[in-house]
Amino acid sequence: MKNKVLLDKKAVERTVTRMTHEILEKNQGCASLSLIGIRTRGIYLANRLQKKIEVIEKTTLPVGILDITMYRDDISTLKSPVIKKTDIPFDVNDGTIILIDDVMHTGRTTRAAIDAIMDLGRPRKIQLAVLVDRGDRELPIHPDYAGIRYEANPEEEVLVRLHEVDGKDEVVIVRS
Amino acid sequence: MNWDKKDLLGIKELSREEILLVLDTAESFKDISKREIKKVPTLRGKTVITLFYEPSTRTRTSFEIAAKRMSADTINISSSTSSSVKGETLKDTARNLESMRPDAIVIRHSMPGAPHMLARILDSSVINGGDGAHEHPTQALLDLFTIREKKGRIDGLKVAIIGDIAHSRVARSNFFTLSHFDTEIICSGPPTMIPPDIEGIGVKIEYNMNKAVKGADVVMMLRIQKERGGISFIPSVKEYATLYGLRKEHIEKAKKDVIIMHPGPMNRGIEISDEVADGPYSVILDQVENGLAVRMAILYLLIGRES
Repeated sequence: MKNKVLLDKKAVERTVTRMTHEILEKNQGCASLSLIGIRTRGIYLANRLQKKIEVIEKTTLPVGILDITMYRDDISTLKSPVIKKTDIPFDVNDGTIILIDDVMHTGRTTRAAIDAIMDLGRPRKIQLAVLVDRGDRELPIHPDYAGIRYEANPEEEVLVRLHEVDGKDEVVIVRS
Repeated sequence: MNWDKKDLLGIKELSREEILLVLDTAESFKDISKREIKKVPTLRGKTVITLFYEPSTRTRTSFEIAAKRMSADTINISSSTSSSVKGETLKDTARNLESMRPDAIVIRHSMPGAPHMLARILDSSVINGGDGAHEHPTQALLDLFTIREKKGRIDGLKVAIIGDIAHSRVARSNFFTLSHFDTEIICSGPPTMIPPDIEGIGVKIEYNMNKAVKGADVVMMLRIQKERGGISFIPSVKEYATLYGLRKEHIEKAKKDVIIMHPGPMNRGIEISDEVADGPYSVILDQVENGLAVRMAILYLLIGRES
């Protein structure tokens, strides 16, 4: 078993910077944009995007936190029963929401997140940004912004580590 | 932290960690009731039966709304409309209901241990919605949730529980939750309404209510349990109201930021005066609001997940 580093600290930084520009380019600026990070690492990626957009556009976008546990389709099989808080301190109606997650795999998390946001209101658009797209979708959902694409084998695990929670920034492939 | 219980029968069976898990889970569910769309799909396809052999406004409605807000289907059966009036036993009623494959049965019964008996014979999760003078676990959990929310802590608080302690399942369940924390529990009421062995579980007795509320952070009032013969334990309701009715003068003896709690239904003018019940220290309606969140948490923990 050997771990492979897909992105190191500098590469994570560059990737998030590129995603920031892609988001601003596609939306022609950041008017009516808001960011929602999916727990846990999506929150920190959302905060980073917020800071980078602030530098470029001189605008501080609102950031919300989404816990999708209540909306999961596999809730009955979860090991941990803990449900954390959703905290979206802004109106989701009519604006464009950038939904942010660390790894995209089956698409089921995104499906749950979209349902959760729809229960809070009716955004004009929802776009999806993920740091890693590891492929192998089970639902017809695809990211609008992907930091890196890596077709992982089923026995591979893609781990995103961010210094806010893990003490360092990197994306690694763990083979079991 | 994990949760592996099939039923919620009493607080006595819960650990401190389990109690805190319920409270933390309830925090997340509380927000749902503040939204425009007050519904999440968490319990989609589940069925909850509320089986009430004693009258209830709050508990039954609270459980039903809690289940509905999580997309479960709910059916209510009250003793007056059930086949118990035709002579069917509780066991048979429960077994018949289980044949319709509910996921949870919430039961309130005047017989202590009725939920425990059902839990033994049923595969469905059984939730105690109050069994005689024994326990009322969801009430104690919502009380603790409210205390933590209002005070920001549980440890270090002085809690005075006043009234018909002997016949109160709310008091019992509250003793069990509070004793998991570093709290000072004082109960007060007529000597005939206070079980003599209660000091054995770490509860202090103070028959003088004025002394009991002195310096209290929380004052919890209880009504006389008329349906359990409570009235025969006191000389007169008027005397009881004079000695153990909460009025403004008592609040002045408690801490400045005291909170006043009551599980309901209130008997205004007996155990609590209007000015206290409706006053700024009262958190009685917050208790009801929090009850919903706590019951959502309990339903989620019991039937939202496979064991």
